[in-house]
Amino acid sequence: MATDTTAYEEMIKGLWRDNPVFVQVLGMCPMLAVTNSAINAIVMGLATFFVLVGSSFLVSSFKQWIPKQVRISLYIIIIATFVTVVDYSLLAMLPAIHKELGAFIPLIVANCMILGRQEAFASKHNVKYAVMDAVGMSGGFMIALFALGSVREILGVGALFGVDLFGANFEPWVIMILPPGGFLTLGLLLLFFNWFTERRRQFLDKVADAERAAVTGVDKNG
Amino acid sequence: MDNLLWIFISTLLVNNFVLAYFLGLCPFLGVSGQLETSFRLGLATTFVLVITALCAWVLNTYVLIYAPYLRLISFIVVIASTVQFIEMSIKKLSPNLFKSLGIFLPLITTNCAILGLAIFATNRGYDLVEGLTFALGAGAGFTLAMVLMAGIREETEINNVPALIRGTAFNLIIAGVLSMAFMGFAGLFSST
Repeated sequence: MATDTTAYEEMIKGLWRDNPVFVQVLGMCPMLAVTNSAINAIVMGLATFFVLVGSSFLVSSFKQWIPKQVRISLYIIIIATFVTVVDYSLLAMLPAIHKELGAFIPLIVANCMILGRQEAFASKHNVKYAVMDAVGMSGGFMIALFALGSVREILGVGALFGVDLFGANFEPWVIMILPPGGFLTLGLLLLFFNWFTERRRQFLDKVADAERAAVTGVDKNG
Repeated sequence: MDNLLWIFISTLLVNNFVLAYFLGLCPFLGVSGQLETSFRLGLATTFVLVITALCAWVLNTYVLIYAPYLRLISFIVVIASTVQFIEMSIKKLSPNLFKSLGIFLPLITTNCAILGLAIFATNRGYDLVEGLTFALGAGAGFTLAMVLMAGIREETEINNVPALIRGTAFNLIIAGVLSMAFMGFAGLFSST
């Protein structure tokens, strides 16, 4: 039972506390390039999910047999294999979206978040933890992609998943679906995340201070 | 000739790798603290990009027509080993050049701009000369973006920026403004 709780914690940490995008600032390239609509963001998130979970599973299952000197090259080859699978499956199943994402599906290989998880986590833990960690991390990545994609689509087109939200009177902010919109939106999201973390830290500090004051007050009385 | 010039200018300014395609963002946000370093990193990246274009062309012409599904893996393996090999030979032949550019080479090999270049060049069906021009344009564009970013960051170092926004959020907002400025170049070709 205790092991189950920790495996669960490994999964949860990727979603918020160690979120790969907002906290570790990894995987920026696919993050910004494909998030001009919510559906693209979700497909990209699912593709990354498949690649990360698959390669974490393989790397942690084979970790005894991977020689230390060539481990990075082997990780990259494992990742590239999964990315090729995703690339061809998307081409077969969702040709329209595959065309829109274009070169950015193969570029999942260069997403430093995936290689980072293999090196930092999957190569040191057993299969169960590695897969849980991969699920959490790619979940966090997907949340970030979806947040960015939906903000950009709502403001830039006035729609979400292609459904019109504001009616004909809304003048779309075209800049949001163009490259500058990606940089600005992610910058502002990070700013919001920083602000939120800072507020939380201040609040916790205040609580700790109050507790300390209460304790010292008791001491004085005693 | 016109075609080559078009490829060069278009990758340098209009479709700048960093500011329009978001390729090579890690060094762009991470290493752009100092002007001098950024410029040297830009040069080293240009060098690797040219080698990449060469490798991609050789692979596409002689190997991948028989096995297209190996594209991604072969690109990565061949580019990484070629860069490694050239790094070793530079170290042997010219220690001075190695000291100024060589330290960046391993860092650049896993950069998404490199793989992106190979894939874009393949998708657009460039021949060898077009591919090399494309690589030079992309490298020059990357250097330009790096130098601009480093210049702005050096200036803002001494300004009074709120602590909360400093760091990646601030860099991204600067990059957004730069990217908006580069969008102005999009009009360069529409009139002709």
